[in-house]
Amino acid sequence: MRGAEMRAWLQPHRIALGLIGLGLVIWCATTMRWDWLPKYAPMMAEGIWRTIWLLVLSSVLGMALAVPLGLAQAAGPWYLAAPARVFCTVIRGTPLLLQIWLFYYGLGSLFPQFPWIRQSDLWPILRQAWPYALLALTLSFAGYEGEVMRGAFKSVPRGQLEAARAMGMPRHLILWRIWLPQAVRAVLPTLGGETVLQMKATPLVATITVVEIYAVASRVRQDTFIVYEPLLLLALVYMLLAGAIVLLFRQIETRGPQVRRPG
Amino acid sequence: MGPLDLLALSPPGWGATLLAGLWNSLLIAVGAFSLGLVLGGLGAWGKIHGGPVTRDLLAMYTTIVRAVPELILILILYFGVTDLVNQVLIAFGHERIQISGVAAGITVLGVVQGAYATEVLRGALLAVPPGQVEAARAMGMPPLLMARRIIFPAMLGLAMPGLSNLWLIATKDTALLAVVGFGELTFATRQAAASTKAFFTFFIAAGVIYLILTLLSGWVFARIEAWARRGEPRNAGG
Repeated sequence: MRGAEMRAWLQPHRIALGLIGLGLVIWCATTMRWDWLPKYAPMMAEGIWRTIWLLVLSSVLGMALAVPLGLAQAAGPWYLAAPARVFCTVIRGTPLLLQIWLFYYGLGSLFPQFPWIRQSDLWPILRQAWPYALLALTLSFAGYEGEVMRGAFKSVPRGQLEAARAMGMPRHLILWRIWLPQAVRAVLPTLGGETVLQMKATPLVATITVVEIYAVASRVRQDTFIVYEPLLLLALVYMLLAGAIVLLFRQIETRGPQVRRPG
Repeated sequence: MGPLDLLALSPPGWGATLLAGLWNSLLIAVGAFSLGLVLGGLGAWGKIHGGPVTRDLLAMYTTIVRAVPELILILILYFGVTDLVNQVLIAFGHERIQISGVAAGITVLGVVQGAYATEVLRGALLAVPPGQVEAARAMGMPPLLMARRIIFPAMLGLAMPGLSNLWLIATKDTALLAVVGFGELTFATRQAAASTKAFFTFFIAAGVIYLILTLLSGWVFARIEAWARRGEPRNAGG
């Protein structure tokens, strides 16, 4: 397998393409301006960290919301299923940028009107931009993944749930031991792609003054009037992040118990 | 002023501004979606029938575009394309021009859509039963007629769910152009909200407009899919 893989990479046209690519990288490194890099490197590291932190937190919280949303739509009574469906439709039907601005400018202008909010201990946090960014990203991820989880819950064979019920298993135990693990298992391959999409959504929060990696690159552009170099570096950073996410999910997928599907 | 006065069409209200923004959004979404379909069709054809170099280049195109945030691609292409066109124009002794926001938006979002469309159309093209193509070829059907009568109708039903998704992404991605200051719906909404301080009114109004657009397009695409699959047996594929 390894040998075959190596040979696939060593085809003549791939070597040629690789050399052209290498040439481009060297050309970029030597003829473009990178003298700003040492000065802004610490800021960029901080920005990358903030991007990762926003991505991880919003994905985890969003997923925690998506499970009940999916469950309500797949098996809930109508008074739970209908609101869950409306929530998912609204989130998926409007641009994320609009949602972010609605929360930041809308809630941000509403809160200061109430003295009891201004005097509360939460006010120093609510005055900053990141809670609104996190809220918008979390709800967005929940909306998309709620729809995915609905399909996943429905994909678990009914016979298994019936068997568990016949064995007298309590309902929460059925969910915890039979239903949820298989739904999550079914959703893992999709989830990797969805997390990459979520990563691609994070630069939008720079428009409400959250200083993540995209905002740092914009700052470099404004300070130094260098246009392409920060953007190219930014594209590289996001590609590496996307690669890391894909590899991480592939690891998780191979680590879990293997599903044996009947022919 | 109440919410309805703010949304009125005549000048003290901002309704006309929002509708003008909506028109721009629709223009760009339709343009980008069409350009994406053309690029995607060529890309799918190249990925299946192209030589090794074409296939590797196309793989790089789809991978890079799908890994880098649209916002950054928009900025790179927005600055890059404008710069490139101007340098070419100056080299040929012409004046520097300002590229219109609509043209730049369509180009940029079209290139992004093209990458996703390549994958959707490639999947649909591969799912056309090879026996049908072989039968058409055996009957001596010329390639273009075969594409029009056999491959395209068979692909349409298979590609429709993916294309419907792409169209929804196109309409929502137009909002990203607000970041480069192009006057589409989200940008117009922000302007209106900032100058009247009625943030909830305008952002929710714009959300409702986007939502109506989404639901309406979903219905239209479902109708097209039902029409494209009219010849298929009812129970195929659930």
